[in-house]
Amino acid sequence: MKKSFGTTGLILDEPLLWEKGAKGRTGFSMPRQEVEASPLDDELVGDGPDFPDLSEVDVIRHYTRLSQWNFGVDTGMYPLGSCTMKYNPKTNERQVSLPGFAGAHPLLPAELSQGVLKILFELERYLAEISGLPAVTLQPAAGSQGELTGMLIFRAYHQSKGAPRSKIIIPDSAHGTNPASAALCGFKAIPLKSNESGVLSPEAVAAIMDEDTAGIMVTNPNTLGLFEENILKVTEIVHSKGGLVYGDGANMNAIMGMVNLKNIGVDVLHLNLHKTFSTPHGGGGPGSGPVCVTQELERFLPVPRVIEKDGRFVLSEDFPESVGKLHAFYGNFGVLIKAYSYIRSLGAKNLKRATQLAVLNANYIKEKLKGTFYLRYDRPCMHECVFSDKNQTPNKVTTLDIAKRLMEYGFHPPTIYFPLVVKGAIMIEPTETECKEDIDHFIDAMKAIAEEAKNSPELLFEAPKTPKVGRLDEIAAARYPCLSD
Amino acid sequence: MKEIHELNLPDDVRYTDDHEWTKAEEEKVRIGITDYAQDQLGEIIFVEVPEVGDTLDKGEAFGSLESVKAVSDMNMPVGGEVLAVNTALEDAPDMLNQDPYSGGWIIEIKPSDPSELDQLMDKNAYLEMLKGLEE
Amino acid sequence: MRYLPHTPEDIAAMLQVAGADNLDDLFKAIPDDCRRKDDLHLPEPLTEWDLNSHMSTLAATVAVSPEYKVFMGAGSYDHYIPASINYLLGRSEFSTAYTPYQPEISQGTLQAVYEYQTLVTRLLGMEVANASMYDGASALAEAMLMAIRITRRKKVAVSSVIHPLYRRVVQTYLAPTECEVVEIPYLANGRTDLSQLTNLEDLAAVAVQSPNFLGCIEDLKAIGEKVHSDKKTLLVTCFSEPLAFGLLKNPGSLGADIACGEGQSLGIPRSFGGPGLGMFAARKQYMRNMPGRLIGQTKDKDGKRGFVLTLATREQHIRREKATSNICSNQGLCATTAAMYMAALGGTGIRELARQNHDRAEYLKSGLKKAGFTISFDCPTFNEFVVEFPADFKTTHKRLLEKKIVAGLALAPYYPELANHYLLCATETSSKEDMDTLVKEVTS
Repeated sequence: MKKSFGTTGLILDEPLLWEKGAKGRTGFSMPRQEVEASPLDDELVGDGPDFPDLSEVDVIRHYTRLSQWNFGVDTGMYPLGSCTMKYNPKTNERQVSLPGFAGAHPLLPAELSQGVLKILFELERYLAEISGLPAVTLQPAAGSQGELTGMLIFRAYHQSKGAPRSKIIIPDSAHGTNPASAALCGFKAIPLKSNESGVLSPEAVAAIMDEDTAGIMVTNPNTLGLFEENILKVTEIVHSKGGLVYGDGANMNAIMGMVNLKNIGVDVLHLNLHKTFSTPHGGGGPGSGPVCVTQELERFLPVPRVIEKDGRFVLSEDFPESVGKLHAFYGNFGVLIKAYSYIRSLGAKNLKRATQLAVLNANYIKEKLKGTFYLRYDRPCMHECVFSDKNQTPNKVTTLDIAKRLMEYGFHPPTIYFPLVVKGAIMIEPTETECKEDIDHFIDAMKAIAEEAKNSPELLFEAPKTPKVGRLDEIAAARYPCLSD
Repeated sequence: MKEIHELNLPDDVRYTDDHEWTKAEEEKVRIGITDYAQDQLGEIIFVEVPEVGDTLDKGEAFGSLESVKAVSDMNMPVGGEVLAVNTALEDAPDMLNQDPYSGGWIIEIKPSDPSELDQLMDKNAYLEMLKGLEE
Repeated sequence: MRYLPHTPEDIAAMLQVAGADNLDDLFKAIPDDCRRKDDLHLPEPLTEWDLNSHMSTLAATVAVSPEYKVFMGAGSYDHYIPASINYLLGRSEFSTAYTPYQPEISQGTLQAVYEYQTLVTRLLGMEVANASMYDGASALAEAMLMAIRITRRKKVAVSSVIHPLYRRVVQTYLAPTECEVVEIPYLANGRTDLSQLTNLEDLAAVAVQSPNFLGCIEDLKAIGEKVHSDKKTLLVTCFSEPLAFGLLKNPGSLGADIACGEGQSLGIPRSFGGPGLGMFAARKQYMRNMPGRLIGQTKDKDGKRGFVLTLATREQHIRREKATSNICSNQGLCATTAAMYMAALGGTGIRELARQNHDRAEYLKSGLKKAGFTISFDCPTFNEFVVEFPADFKTTHKRLLEKKIVAGLALAPYYPELANHYLLCATETSSKEDMDTLVKEVTS
């Protein structure tokens, strides 16, 4: 096999927390007992939880070893389509740990929290500028909570017109959160197939758009990495029947500085700060899903909202038509700071450049791999491209096998089996923070794997052998769930 | 995955276009999923079934099948009242994979309109349908 | 720009392969009438050093300890966070990793969160815990939806002394359903008043918080017995201060069917209210109805123990519109943080720390009592309690702000009948000296 980054690394075994430690150890510096002990009714007192007792050394070693089993963006290229695993700037971490931010109580009087309120206010302005939609809420704690917010706004809008609607059009290539969010809001999801070229056709939309349809949810560019070239016609059709257009902004990295979402007909847009705006994924969150809307829909945004009053910032609940509250406080402020820092660090030109380079990287990969792997839509892509395992099927090699083998070459696999509209999909999104050499290594690895698929497929079937564990028995995990000790 | 000619398709049941089979026994109708369905789904780890006494229309979902990565709804081939459910599937859902037409039966119903059974496919029609899917 | 590695040579070479003349050419597929004509108007980029200055200046305007003494809880608590936790969270293999869909190279995250799930079940006395929801408020909302799914009933009852902001989120989530939310009043002693609760057979769930928003510890045993007099109605208990269970009986032992709440106290900084941690646990029989990710234990083909996301068929990426929830990203790193904190604190430590919280709050309470103030509710509390101050206390409160003391949270905006009542909190971070100062200052 070609020279790869994938070696075995230093993988030490490490038991579960309660399999180590000894009673009486502690990893915590207990404060001095400064006041008298106070009795509490025996009826209310419990035994306390069965936690292990560990020293600080135990805890540090435990988590240090666990971390060494993980692949992160800092480890290597993470070309997960639709996830935008770009580099997470370390200066962002410095900002969020400033005591004035980290220690801020959310219910402080406004005069004692001007710094944090200013960040909220300014971030809203920046996201409004980037999206083209003037009114913003930073409250949703993740993209799918942003989608729910959007659906609630749709519902409120149609109710305000005196004509509630029951359906939402959702393309079959949409992320699963789209129909799930629509359903949470009581809407029926009406599926819409893309056309031969992989985009939405206005005729298909016109055929199902009616006055009982609240609107459509679109992702642009879509999950195939293609710009929805008919978007203006599509949004016109939806608007003509009184519907609204929801934009899933997960793929914003492809269009920053290039497209104004308002001008293409989007009424409500969510952004994923943990994708486009460089905040870390954290092994599954926390993320943040701000929502940007047109002026007309501003009155429905969740409360409270930050407003400027006599040169100071205050939180206001004075929005009687608001859909309500999604988060106890104001959203994931610690994540918002990181996005704010990122935008202040890059500025307009670099944000646009990031988009341009993301799209360059994806097209480069597409061209280099298209002979080797089957490219469903052979046309210019945006920030991601979608291949499949069709060329490898004659050798009984699947997308899953390819992904597992790629780990041994030192890369995180791309997104697999999504979007559902491409059988055996392999969705590659390099992002702009990958340099040419690393991308070339990735391409070489993929090509080598394609060769192996032909000549020595057992290397793929048995992969991976180098990480902490090999392929896991997911059937047993689901049949006999063991979710805690 | 099996090739079409490898599938087990008995003659004495009738088939639906979403891969259920029905077997009429006097006034009762037994329902399950075909060999094609279990083969496509992979190892089934959980079966959701209706309650005895539920009355459902033709086409309505009466339960679902879960494999590790997918869920499939099962729809009533004909309308009727649920008389019995195969409780053995709770502990051994893989029976659906091993023995889809006998031990893997799912529900037993009393059809509200027995003539709906005649609208279902026989083995040959189902086989033709499967061949059409392959293309 | 240090995050954009491409040199002009790189770009030229790559453009050639991509078949484009220049970077703009790559966007040909975007129709002209969709293209932005003007540049983005954003502030000029800041160097790392200017950004540091800018942010430090902003941060300095916010009232935080040690400079300010903030005696407020109400869902956001000041607890000591060991340096070891912050250090471990700096390991970017945890923070820059994605959701563990490729388990072989994510065993760090998977084992850490499996451990979190386990510690949560032990803390709350429940059988199954998920890998987190966004915060205590949305966790409660999802618990309501789960109860509605399980029982197929269309009404839930929610105690009026559950955190007001959590109740508003519940209202928002339930508004588009056909389900009704009824509020349960509270008694003079600060606890929930279940006496008026009839027609349990209509209710999917009864939700209470303990310790509740007024700081009072509810009689969960009696509540559970009443709720379960109907065979189907679920008892949902929530909390905003999980440290309480280092001292108090846990909800599982008192009959909770679903226990959920806010985990920020477990090593997560307050951070102006987010990110938090939605803790969520339930009885095993309801496992398949739970929202959120679940991590399970299994083996690989060589028999090695490993961990994996499981029961994913409940979730949106498979079930789509029939999913138990739409949640995708959760609060992964926060759950990891909480596990690290619980590990560092240990079983012995959490009992001690919970005791200290209780004792300090009691000290403050008795100091205020001795100074002549009325403690509003005659009920045991954990680390928060309500005091009735004189009618003109607003001026005193303002004066104290200038002295860098935040003397509690006014309850008037949340409970109009409790004007002049203030919710005060003392944790292990409240020194005897600071509490004595507070008592002195409010008295003068």
